[in-house]
Amino acid sequence: MILSWLTNRRARRRPCTPADLQAGTPTVHLEGEAKAAIETGRNRVVMAGMIFALVFLVLGGRLIELMVFKSTGEPVVDRTTALLQRLEQPHVPARGAIVDRNGVLLATSLPVAALYADPRQVLSAQDAAAKLVGVLPDLDQAAVARELASGKSFVWLDRDLSPRQEYAVNALGLPGLYFHDEERRVYPEGRLAAQVLGYTDIDGHGIAGVEKYFDARLRDPALRGTPLALSLDVRIQHAVRDELAKSVSTFTAKGGAGIVLDVRTGEVLALVSLPDFDPTHASEATPDERFNRATLGVYELGSVFKTFTLAMAINSGKATMTSGQDATHPIHIDRFTISDDDAKRRWLSIPEIYMYSSNIGAAKTALDVGPAGQRAFLGKLGLLRKASIELPEVGAPLVPREWSTIATMTIGFGHGISVSPLQFTDAAAAMVDGGLLVPATLLKRMPGAAVPAERVISPATSNDIRRLMRLVVAYGTGRQAAAPGYLVGGKTGTAEKVGAHGYRRHANVASFIAAFPIIAPRYVVMIVLDEAHGTKATHGFDTAGWTAAPTAGRVITRIAPILGVPPVDENAPDIERALYVQLPPGDIPAQDRLPATDKREKKVAFN
Amino acid sequence: MIALSRTDTSVVGRWWWTVDRWTLAALGLLIALGCLLTLAASPAVAQRIGLDQYHFVRRQFAFLVPALCFMFGASLLTPLWVRRLGLAGFVFFLLLMALTLVMGSEIKGAHRWLYLGGLSLQPSEFVKPCFAVVSAWMFAEQRRVRGFPGNLIAIVLVLVVAGILLMQPDFGMTVVIVAVWLTQFFLAGLPMVLLALGGGVSAAGLGGAYFLSPHVASRIDRFLDPAVGDTYQIQRAMEAFQAGGLFGRGPGDGLVKSVLPDAHTDFIFAVAGEEYGVFLCLVIIAIFAFIVLRSLSRLLSENNLFILLAGTGLIAQFGLQAIINIGVNLRLMPTKGMTLPFISYGGSSLVALALGMGMMLALTRTRPSLRGEL
Repeated sequence: MILSWLTNRRARRRPCTPADLQAGTPTVHLEGEAKAAIETGRNRVVMAGMIFALVFLVLGGRLIELMVFKSTGEPVVDRTTALLQRLEQPHVPARGAIVDRNGVLLATSLPVAALYADPRQVLSAQDAAAKLVGVLPDLDQAAVARELASGKSFVWLDRDLSPRQEYAVNALGLPGLYFHDEERRVYPEGRLAAQVLGYTDIDGHGIAGVEKYFDARLRDPALRGTPLALSLDVRIQHAVRDELAKSVSTFTAKGGAGIVLDVRTGEVLALVSLPDFDPTHASEATPDERFNRATLGVYELGSVFKTFTLAMAINSGKATMTSGQDATHPIHIDRFTISDDDAKRRWLSIPEIYMYSSNIGAAKTALDVGPAGQRAFLGKLGLLRKASIELPEVGAPLVPREWSTIATMTIGFGHGISVSPLQFTDAAAAMVDGGLLVPATLLKRMPGAAVPAERVISPATSNDIRRLMRLVVAYGTGRQAAAPGYLVGGKTGTAEKVGAHGYRRHANVASFIAAFPIIAPRYVVMIVLDEAHGTKATHGFDTAGWTAAPTAGRVITRIAPILGVPPVDENAPDIERALYVQLPPGDIPAQDRLPATDKREKKVAFN
Repeated sequence: MIALSRTDTSVVGRWWWTVDRWTLAALGLLIALGCLLTLAASPAVAQRIGLDQYHFVRRQFAFLVPALCFMFGASLLTPLWVRRLGLAGFVFFLLLMALTLVMGSEIKGAHRWLYLGGLSLQPSEFVKPCFAVVSAWMFAEQRRVRGFPGNLIAIVLVLVVAGILLMQPDFGMTVVIVAVWLTQFFLAGLPMVLLALGGGVSAAGLGGAYFLSPHVASRIDRFLDPAVGDTYQIQRAMEAFQAGGLFGRGPGDGLVKSVLPDAHTDFIFAVAGEEYGVFLCLVIIAIFAFIVLRSLSRLLSENNLFILLAGTGLIAQFGLQAIINIGVNLRLMPTKGMTLPFISYGGSSLVALALGMGMMLALTRTRPSLRGEL
């Protein structure tokens, strides 16, 4: 039946016949009826056409209203542009980056998402928790399910989600889950400058180190787009940390500190404290790891302090390079005895006092200047107040409450006063840099910027100190710090640490202060080892000449080429002449015995 | 091709002299504009979702080949063959459409697509023109053959089609198909009273959809009060039209295509407005209006009811789809996923529309007489 309609064969072959008109069989309608139908159709097509035309006119009118007269019937805020800017512009973090002096990234903020939920909108807490744990395996499924079933209107689920994790959670298509844009602080160089950089809390507020000191600067909307440039140089920092870590390990020390300072600008190129930690995971660090031995720790540094005693005496005219002290007998004062380890038991010239590290000589020289002069001098060097450095972790020096005669004498060889390695280094830089004290800084100084400087000793005194320091490395206790070609000058210091019952015999602080090239110093290097122990290679010696001095020497060998310091011929006549120090006849050959005589620089013993 | 002689009696020659060349030219212009706008809008979308930037362009241009073949091929047919093609196509694609319910893949919450050997196919797009032909035939047959239950069959068929579409669910398609079907019924002599009743039933259907389907309810709520919910796409489209103004931002300089997920499909008109300004938009509307009104006027001189109904159904479907798409873009209607014929990206839509317009061209060809043929 249908087929025949489809082809219409019957209609074609058999036009209307009387039989078709009988009831019960399909018939073709009368011609007039068909005409009426098509007429109705045509009339209504005209209606449809009119409606279409009208609607198209409305569309055109609306288009003109919208595009020409810019009317949408409601205020439209142009968010397209803003959206695009967000898509196209680099992410401007809420917390600025920190870079080293060459622009190497030390700290930056990455966008992360925090996941929270409105449990009232969650369809099935169990199902949602199972799916969430599938993409965030660190979550505890039971705890998440409990939170999602709590019926509260807001619960935190997870933080620090990477964009990939955020996408995975989104792809689950679970209703009621939301993200809050956050940032996470990361430290690409890891442990390298941990104590300098510090760290932030989970909300991005600095709570230690530079992060805390410059917290406002790093979050300032006007400044955070520009990275904070530190004075550090990651290459120098790495060399110092590497060598210091080797020594801490070799000598099984509790820890150590290492500093490299530009003597002309006061910029800290390296500041290392060991043990250290990864600031990205600061919460896992122990208090000892977080402790900054270079700035927060204060130590009796021992013989390295003799540098200041002699500079003070020479600068005040109480001593010259040819004057000296009688060191024949130990000094007995009150309950104390001051003696020399490698006692010469004779008169010693100023260079000899420094080279042999004579406590008797240094004590008497300090006494020549007197308590008031010493206090004033050390005050001028900034050793009696907290160091001014851009860190919150700065230790206050421990100074005598009463500046007595005996205090003056012990301070003369570095006991009875505790200072931080950083402030010591800054003061030592002034000793070798023509007598100008430049405040140490962790911020990069722009080239050509004025450097604040204060004269503390005369250039002539500074010249004498340079020659004395060279003497120590050339012939004295610091010979292992020699970095051939780089003309190192320095001074050793080994101080027993104070315990509950006085000084502890086998717990000392070994330090070495070095400057190079000593003929016109550019950089000072300070190495401090906390409770270093002797090894077979050092014949059991744990003194600075065997521990801190070689560390400093290796550091200088590594960093001098990076810093662009060219090696020189150390035996060139003009250099020898500039550094010449007159010693009593027959004194120099004693150098051959020096390693053996480099005994513990025990300065004070209880009677 | 233009050089065909009047006396050329080959198939192509007769086609050329009898087809509505003005509509043909308008359709060609529309397709060319579609290519231009696909080039404008789709690379940004492709890039954003991580595809090769000419991914959509290549696919659209590839679909253009079968689409043009279908259109040309269908326009060669006689009205009788149009009817046969409509019936065969309707049966075939109705089955496929039913299949989507069982084995369709879910995209954005609906089962509308079938995957056949690497090609994705939306059968409902093809059901649309074929059903217009079939229902036209049924309405015409009711008038022509006494006792033939054409209206009843048409009613049953529209219920089946609408039922399957609502199960997918695809409200937009349902609205278009039912509206076209009602138009045809109206043209076939449906009394005004019944038309009012049909309109009432449709309104009730929309109301039911509003209350029964949260999806539709939220769309309509958001249209009536933009503050209710997320009107992201339509807000971006409004900004695009305003930014476009008289002369547009300039080709390629549009911004909205980078932030609109459907910039290359449902919102391509907004991209056109932003980049090329009000004039191109008016030209597009004028082309649509021209094709619809010219085809309707040609159908007026038609003596056969089937041709009148089928032609009007096909052209109404074409026009309605354009009106809904542009209306949504201009925020005159609630958001409804509907392609802009021959301009939006979409393979199934393009080929199916080409088929529909091909059949329409076949029906509006000038022919001496149909006496005895239908």
